[in-house]
Amino acid sequence: MGDPVNPDVTAVQRAELPNGERAATQTPERADLRPESIQDAVIRLAGNSQDGIQTAGAFLARLAGRSDQEVMTYMTIPATISGGPSIFQVRIGSGEVLSPGDEADFLVAFYQHSYQDHVSFLKEGGVLLYDSDNVEPNLEDKRYVYVGVPVTGLTVEALGGTAKDKGKNIFVLGLIAKIFHLDVEKLVALIKEKFGGKDESIVNTAIMAFTAGYAYPVGNLLSKLYQFEKIEKSGGRAQITMDGNQALAYGLIAAGVRFGAGYPITPWSSVMEILRRELPKYGGTFVQAEDELASVSIALGFSLAGYLPVTGSAGPGISLKTEAIGWASMAEMPLIVVNVQRGGPSTGLPTNVEQSDLYQAIFGGHGDSPRVVLAAKTVEDCFYIAIEAGRIARKYSTPVFILSDGSLATRIEAFDEPNLAELMQEAKPDLTPRETHKPYALERTTHHLAPGTRIRDGKYPLLSGLEHDEMGHPTGSPKMHMAMTAKRRNKLRELAKELPLPDVYGHDEGDVLLVGWGSTYGPIHDAVKQLRSRGEKVSAIHLRHLHPLPDGLENIFARFKSIVVIEMNDQGVYGFGQLATVLRARFCEPKIQSLTKTDGLTFRVKEILNGLGQAHSPNGSKSNGASVTPEPSSPTRAAASVSAERDHAMDNTPNQPGTEAILASSGTNESRDTEKER
Amino acid sequence: MNDTETVAMPVETPGLVDFPREKLTKKAITADHPTWCPGCGDFAVLASYYKVLEKRQVDHEKIVTLAGIGCSSRFPYFVNGYGAHFIHGRGVPLASGVSLSRPDLKVFLFGGDGDGFSIGGNHLDHGARKNINLTYVIMDNFVYGLTKKQTSPTSPIGFKSKTDPQGAVDQPVIAMKKLVASGATFIARTHAAQVNHMIQMIERAMDHQGFSVIECLSECVEFYPGAFDPANPRKGGSFELIQEKKWDGTAEDEMRHDVTDELAAYKLAMLPFPGVFGVFYQSDRPTKNALEKRWVDQSREKIGQASDLDILQKTFDRMK
Ligand SMILES: Cc1ncc(C[n+]2csc(CCOP(=O)(O)OP(=O)(O)O)c2C)c(N)n1
Ligand code: SF4
Ligand SMILES: [Mg+2]
Repeated sequence: MGDPVNPDVTAVQRAELPNGERAATQTPERADLRPESIQDAVIRLAGNSQDGIQTAGAFLARLAGRSDQEVMTYMTIPATISGGPSIFQVRIGSGEVLSPGDEADFLVAFYQHSYQDHVSFLKEGGVLLYDSDNVEPNLEDKRYVYVGVPVTGLTVEALGGTAKDKGKNIFVLGLIAKIFHLDVEKLVALIKEKFGGKDESIVNTAIMAFTAGYAYPVGNLLSKLYQFEKIEKSGGRAQITMDGNQALAYGLIAAGVRFGAGYPITPWSSVMEILRRELPKYGGTFVQAEDELASVSIALGFSLAGYLPVTGSAGPGISLKTEAIGWASMAEMPLIVVNVQRGGPSTGLPTNVEQSDLYQAIFGGHGDSPRVVLAAKTVEDCFYIAIEAGRIARKYSTPVFILSDGSLATRIEAFDEPNLAELMQEAKPDLTPRETHKPYALERTTHHLAPGTRIRDGKYPLLSGLEHDEMGHPTGSPKMHMAMTAKRRNKLRELAKELPLPDVYGHDEGDVLLVGWGSTYGPIHDAVKQLRSRGEKVSAIHLRHLHPLPDGLENIFARFKSIVVIEMNDQGVYGFGQLATVLRARFCEPKIQSLTKTDGLTFRVKEILNGLGQAHSPNGSKSNGASVTPEPSSPTRAAASVSAERDHAMDNTPNQPGTEAILASSGTNESRDTEKER
Repeated sequence: MNDTETVAMPVETPGLVDFPREKLTKKAITADHPTWCPGCGDFAVLASYYKVLEKRQVDHEKIVTLAGIGCSSRFPYFVNGYGAHFIHGRGVPLASGVSLSRPDLKVFLFGGDGDGFSIGGNHLDHGARKNINLTYVIMDNFVYGLTKKQTSPTSPIGFKSKTDPQGAVDQPVIAMKKLVASGATFIARTHAAQVNHMIQMIERAMDHQGFSVIECLSECVEFYPGAFDPANPRKGGSFELIQEKKWDGTAEDEMRHDVTDELAAYKLAMLPFPGVFGVFYQSDRPTKNALEKRWVDQSREKIGQASDLDILQKTFDRMK
C-alpha cells in the first residue's frame, strides 16, 4: 500500500473518547472516509504474547484466506515460557504475497515498549494505532500518522471490570476490521468457531469486545479507511489457512504416514504434537520416545513392519539419529526424517531461523550412505513436499529428509485447498503371499516384504546393517560391497533422472540467476520482481530437490552470466554457503557465487538487493565467486555482525522470529534462559 | 519374481494366492550356520529358541527376530524368518516399533549385556516402563565378546579385561535389580547350560502380554571361560530354582515366592552371585499396545465409518 494515508492530514492525537462518542477535533471531511482501494497491507501487532496478539493476527490471516486473498504472517516466539514481548505480523494482499514484508504500513502498539521497539519499522506515512492508556508516542515525529485509542479502558468498559487485559486483542481486531472494511460476518463466524465449544460466555465476551472495537468511531481519527481490491477467485478452490508445521503434519498423513516417533525440540515439536493427536483417528500412532536415538529406531521398526514412518527433530536431534539413518541407507528402508532447522551448532539459536543443516542432511553419516534430501519452500509446499518425500521413500526404499525451518514452521499462509482425493496415499502393508523373495536383488530396486507375508519357497529375508548379499546374508566380499554400494547409489541417480527441473521465475536467460532453497523463496522472488521491474535481467530458481539434484540444471545455469546462491548459513572456510558449495562441486561452475547470512533472521528483500549489488558486479570483478554478506540495510541494523549488537534498536525487522529469545540469552540471565530453551 | 526389472521400474514380487501351511520344523527355521566360537553359550540359546518355535508351531511368517550388535546379536542371521540385525543398543526401540504397529506378529529380541545394559540401557528402561509387548532375551556373558574382551557393565569387580588390565573397578550392573526397577512386567533368569529351563522361560515370556525380559547367563568361552560355573551343577556349582507359590494353602507355600510381589523380586535380585533362577516377577499391567489401541478405538468410534480421506478432508474444512 504505497501511500496509505494522506500525510497532510494529521489525525487526532490521544483522542480518548468513550466508546461511541464523537472525536471533538479535526474530524476529516466525510468524503475522505470513502474507503481507498488498496492491494496490499502489512499490519504488525506488537504487544505481549499473553495478550493474545497471535490469536488476533491469526483471525486476520484466516479471514484473508477465506476471502481468497493472499496472506503471509510472521511472528516472534517470546523468550520466556510465561510470555513477554512478542509480535505478530500479517501481510494481506489482493495480488501475490511472497514475503511477510520488510516494513509495516500499520503498527498496533499495545505498550510503550512495543511502540519503542517497532516504530522505526513503520513505513514513512504509516499509521501507528496505539493504546493511549499505555503508550505515549513522540508526536513530534511527523513521519507517521498517530491514532490513539484507549484500548485498555474501552475494553474493560465493554466487558466489565473483570476483563482486565483480556479481550484487548479482539477489541483491536474490531478496530482493524473497521479501518480495512473487513468482512464482519466472516470474522464473527471465525470468532465463534475459535471460541465455540468452550464456555458460552467466552464467545459472548469475544463478540462483545469485537463489536465495541468495531463500533469505535475510528473514522474520526483517520483521514481514510481502506478496502482491499476484490480479486477473482483462483481456480475455484477454497483457501486453507495454516502454518508450516501443520501443513507438514497433514501432508505426512496424506502421504500415507500412519506411524511415527519423535522427541520434543523447538521448532519441530508441533509436528509431533499434531501427529500424536491426529494419527489415532487413522488407526495409527505417534510415539514420544525417550530420545532421538530411540525415536528413529522406533520409526525404523514401523518401517520394518511395512509402514511408511516419520521421525523428526531439529539439528541437534538429527545428529543423534544419524547412526540409525546410516542403517536405513544400508538396509534400504523407507523412512521420512523431518528436520525443522534452527540456528546451530549445538543449542545455537533455538528459536531463530537458519539453513545450516544442509550438509548434515546430505552428508551427515558414516560410510557412503545415500539418502534423499528435499526442502519445502513455502507453507503450502510443506504439505506437498511431505507427499513427495513419501513417494520417493517408497519407490526407492530409502531414507528421505525433509528440511523445513523455524520461519516456515510458525508462519501462517493461505493456500488453495489441495485435492485430497487425488493425493491421499494408501497406508497399509501388502501381505499378499509370494512365491519367492530376494530382498537385496542387484538387478532391481529393493522393496521389502512386510513380516506376515508368506513366502512359498520358505526363504525369509533379513534386514542387515552388515554388508550383505542379495539374500541379506552378511558378506565381506569386496565385490559384493562394491556392487551393493553402487546399487544404493544408483537409486539416487535414477531419481535424479526423473526429477522435474525447477521453473525459472523471470526469463529463462539473462544476467543473473538467483538460486534458493527452503524458506527464502518469498524474499528471493520479491527481489527478482523488484529488479525486473527496474529492467534488470534477473531470474530465480528455487530447488526443492537438493539431493540428488535434478539432472539438467546445468542447462539452466548455462543461460545466465552469473549465478548467485542465496541461503541462510555461513560462507564457510572457502567463501561459499552450503548449497553453493554443493552446486560448485556438482557442476564445477566458477560463475556460481554465494550470498549468505547468519543473523538468525529470514532474508529481507533489501538485504538481497544490497547483497546482489556486491555479489554481482557487471564487469565481472567478483566472478571468482566469493561469498558476500549483505550490506547493512539501515544504520541501526548490521546484518553481518548482529550477535554483539543485538538490542532493541535493531529489533525492528519483519523477519525476526525469536528476537526476544536472543535478547534474553545475550544478557546476564543467560544460564536461566538457556534452561528454558525448548 | 521378475529379477530383470530395471532400477527405474521397481516391481514387487508378484502376488500369489495362498498356499497350504506346512508344519514348522527346526529345519525350516534354521538359516546360516552360527559363526560363534565352538562352545559359546549362545548356541544353546539358539537351540532353545528353535525348540520353542517348533513346539508352539508359531506361524513362520509371523516370527520376527531382532537384535542389536554383539556376538549374541548375530542371532537373527541364524534364524530363517523375518528379522533384522540393527545397530548397537537400539534393539528395544526397533522391536517396539514393530510390536506397536503389528499386533499380529511375534516379536523377539536378542542381545548382549553391553548392548542391553550399557549403550542400550536407557531404552531397556523405557521399553519396560511402557510395557511394550515383546520378548527380550539378554545373553549375559559379563564381557564384550565381539570386540574381544573389554569390561562390560556386568563384569564383576576385579575382572581382568583389555580395558581393565588391573581388574575391573566399577560397580557392575546387577541385571535382575535393574530389570525389576525398570518396570518390566515379566522378568526371569536362566542359564544357557540349562536348556529345559531356558525353553520354559522363553515359552512363559512369549505367552506373557507385555514387556517380557530374560537374563540368560551365556558363557563366553573365549574371553570369560568358567564365568558361570558356580551356577552349573556339572561344573560343581548349584543351579538353584525359584520356588513359585502354588497358592495351595500349605505351610510350604508360605515360604515360596510370589511372582507378583515386586519387593520379593527385588530381594531375590539382591542374592549374591550366582543367585537364583526362574521367574522373579510377573504382573498384568496394561501394555502400551493395548492403551494405544484403546485410543485408536475411541477415536474411530467418534468418527464412525469415515475413510481416511473423509477425516483429512474434514480437518481441512475446519481450516478454511
Ligand atoms: C555405536 C557402536 N559403538 C560400538 C560398537 C562396537 N561394539 C560392537 S559389539 C560391542 C559390545 C558387545 O558386547 P555385548 O553387547 O555384551 O555382546 P557380546 O558380544 O558379548 O555378545 C561393541 C562395543 C558398535 N558396533 N557400535
Ligand atoms: S567371543 Fe565369546 S561370546 Fe563371542 S562367539 Fe566367541 S565365545 Fe561366544
Ligand atoms: Mg557380552
